[in-house]
Amino acid sequence: MTPQLVVFLVLAALAIAGAVNLILQKHPIHSALSLIVVMVALAGLYLLLGAEFVAAVQIIVYGGAIMVLFVFVIMLLNAGVEEHTNISKLAGGPGLLLAVALGAFIAATLARSSESIQAAAQNGALAPTREISSMIFKEFVYPFELTSFLVLVAILGATVLAQREKS
Amino acid sequence: VNSLLSANAGLIIMIVKTVLLLFIVLTVNAYLTWFERKVVAHIQSRWGPHRVGPHGLLQPLADGVKFLFKEDPTPAGVDKFVYHLAPLLALTLALTSIAIIPFGPNPIRLFGHDIYLGIAPPDLNIGILALFAITALGVYGVALAGWSSNSKYPLMGGLRSSAQMISYELALTMSVVGVLLIAGTFNLRDIINAQAGPGVFGWHGIFGWNVWRQILGFFCFFVAAIAETNRAPFDLPEAEQELVAGFNTEYASFKFAMFFIAEYTSMITVSCLCSIMFFGGWLSPFPDSWASTHYLPSAILIPFGLWVIWDGIRYETILGRIVLPGLGTVMVALGAVFVVFPAVNEFIQGPFWLLSKIFAFLFFYVWMRGTLPRFRYDQLMAFGWKLLLPLSIVNVIATSFAILQWGPK
Repeated sequence: MTPQLVVFLVLAALAIAGAVNLILQKHPIHSALSLIVVMVALAGLYLLLGAEFVAAVQIIVYGGAIMVLFVFVIMLLNAGVEEHTNISKLAGGPGLLLAVALGAFIAATLARSSESIQAAAQNGALAPTREISSMIFKEFVYPFELTSFLVLVAILGATVLAQREKS
Repeated sequence: VNSLLSANAGLIIMIVKTVLLLFIVLTVNAYLTWFERKVVAHIQSRWGPHRVGPHGLLQPLADGVKFLFKEDPTPAGVDKFVYHLAPLLALTLALTSIAIIPFGPNPIRLFGHDIYLGIAPPDLNIGILALFAITALGVYGVALAGWSSNSKYPLMGGLRSSAQMISYELALTMSVVGVLLIAGTFNLRDIINAQAGPGVFGWHGIFGWNVWRQILGFFCFFVAAIAETNRAPFDLPEAEQELVAGFNTEYASFKFAMFFIAEYTSMITVSCLCSIMFFGGWLSPFPDSWASTHYLPSAILIPFGLWVIWDGIRYETILGRIVLPGLGTVMVALGAVFVVFPAVNEFIQGPFWLLSKIFAFLFFYVWMRGTLPRFRYDQLMAFGWKLLLPLSIVNVIATSFAILQWGPK
């Protein structure tokens, strides 16, 4: 076993354990903490692939900004332990089927594109920051700007919705 | 054993470096508390700690022992796991961020390996981003400590500090963008080296530093950095008149100390970052041609050491008469070594200047704490969002236009 494989296995186990724990935990804060573990483990996996920039951004944006917001809101609302309900019939029947279907779909896609994934993994320095930025701002500048616009619209919408009604 | 050693040399060097840096940072931390208490005391016309050891120099040791032996009760109704996790998280993240900082330009050659000062590899391409990633996670220690304590004042303190840290993180990150545009890299070493060349008016030395081109960026960065480390005048999370002690009210003994150490360590990190991003890191403020300035470390160490010896001989207590002259002798000897061995003298130039700058910033931190009153909470938020963030964005735009017009220099 190469050291890379060991690190990969540890990080992957951490990510999966965090994801399972996220569902099993009863308190929202504990679930949020598990999600942070998943995010950081994913960043570690990106680092292993040589995508340093993506790894750093993953932690800054997801691990930092977004999850802090989650934790912050949970703290502000003082959300308690969630109430336990019996599993709904919809989730038990069709849900399980859908989960199996999704799993099969992902496995099939992975099996078909395993060569390109391996190539990407062995490429080492996957994408230096300079190349990523020139790609975003030259090749994909229109999709990028459109996405920014979408985000802006969402922010404006949130502001309008959150505004108190003037009497 | 020999083959095992040589096969894992990189790993062993890394472990030794980590342990050494950890030891140094924790010691500096301890003496930073002593330094802060002394400086604030003198600002307020007091003596500060002076009972434990000569000039109170053993006070940090006494404090450490006290922290270790205090009772460590866990309050009723806390979320046990998160309550114990929070101080660990705060301390670990604060200490990890130091690992990114490079402390000197040249490697030492030992046992056939080039050993750089600082833990991160010298070609780390995401240096500053990695630092921001670690600071971004630092909020959790404080926020979770406040929440898990199950008590109203810590909760308020935790909420306040997470709100403050989120708000000022934006300005902190934006204010650095100008420097990154000029240097064209995230690598901390390259950022420092980019400040060596001819700067303002084509002069070398101090005029090459980024602070001249990025005066607005530096202002935003420094203010945001103080807020980010929760220090006065932005220490609202622990405003004792309103919140008892803020997020760490329910913590005692060593868990309390861990928050304390985390705060001081992030002060050190921010001072390092300020020196590296805006004040030329390990570059000397004098032009390279002024060779005599290379003896400055000795010129400071030897007279100061002599003064410490002189002060020690006259000291009241026997311990002082032993410790202080010993300390002074070590300083004089170090200064003499630098004079006698030119190779050693050249090697310590970089670390000397970086440490001097870090020390200057740490002094500034303490000075401000002794001088400025605390902000009000709404003032703090308004200042961050309505002044600091727009200013840093203006700085980014202005820098971009300047680079388009005149190039990065």
